[in-house]
Amino acid sequence: MMNKANTNSENAKSEYANSENINSENINSEYEFHEGLRYSRQIILDGFGAEGQAMLKKAKILVAGSGGLGSPALLYLAAAGVGNIGLVDFDTVTSSNLNRQILHFTSDLGRRKTDSAEEKLNKLNPEVKVIKHNARIDIDNVEDIISGYDVVIDATDNFTARYLISDCCYFMKKPLVEGAAVGLDGILMTIIPDKTPCYRCLYPYPPEDGVLPTCSDVGILGAVTGVIGSMQALEAIKLVVGIGQNVTSRILAFDALASSFREVKWSKRESCPLCGKEPKITELVQYEIKCRIKGLD
Amino acid sequence: MYNVTVNGKKLELEKTLTIKDYLESACVDPKIVVVEHNYEIPDKSKWNEIALKDGDNLEIVKFIGGG
Repeated sequence: MMNKANTNSENAKSEYANSENINSENINSEYEFHEGLRYSRQIILDGFGAEGQAMLKKAKILVAGSGGLGSPALLYLAAAGVGNIGLVDFDTVTSSNLNRQILHFTSDLGRRKTDSAEEKLNKLNPEVKVIKHNARIDIDNVEDIISGYDVVIDATDNFTARYLISDCCYFMKKPLVEGAAVGLDGILMTIIPDKTPCYRCLYPYPPEDGVLPTCSDVGILGAVTGVIGSMQALEAIKLVVGIGQNVTSRILAFDALASSFREVKWSKRESCPLCGKEPKITELVQYEIKCRIKGLD
Repeated sequence: MYNVTVNGKKLELEKTLTIKDYLESACVDPKIVVVEHNYEIPDKSKWNEIALKDGDNLEIVKFIGGG
């Protein structure tokens, strides 16, 4: 029985054959040629090649959150041909999402974000398999969700999820691309468990209840989440293909007003409660952290 | 007078300030940042004990969790 990715792929092949008047006997080789054309602009990059493309096709990358960060990240992963893209979200599309959550359109209002995202990603690239996890990440499901993937992109919008994801990735030794944005600021770091500083080397414990602003307090511009989310996809692609340098042992802090990145070198902390000499966090913790003001979303 | 680099920018300071004093003078809420001082990350509990000196380097990184 064909799964949805195969069905989408077969439909795309038929459309391609009809549009190009191609003999159906030749469709598979013609379609492979077409697929090769799809990725031709990245295959010719130094250090990338057909090998790199093959690695992307086999890769399994999870994007936690399909909002402001998740939207560009998911789009670029699909466009690049990452073969297996997982997405986790429990939310539905609302109006105030639409200034930045570019996977979701006006016609998707009220719809599950996972369904909306899946549809757009399949249309962009029917060759990739989209795996939906309709859930809010919590202490009971995070291990099961993450276990099926090679790399995780944290595109969530709250510290409860972030600490669960980062601790779980540490325990399961999965590379993690952390990104966040609020107001006109963004931050990006990639974590390779035991090789680089972990999330808690930067933020050992969550902030106090009620002190942090959210996007509904201070606002957020779509292009800011676009920058960070796109870079998260780039980090994940570089990890899979094995090219370039990742943002490890350093943090990139983005100032959208100045359009500048500040690089802050950050080392592993000996006193880190997760990866330090005497770990205090030895199992998953679900923090309940309330933001300063509960806004529209 | 003494010089301190904060977030990559050189600042001239007059009074002796602890890390906590500096944050308050810069209107930075200590609850929403992490601080690296001379490439070490002191515990928050020490911020009101560590006095800034000439040549010190401070990196102040906000807690950002939105997405």
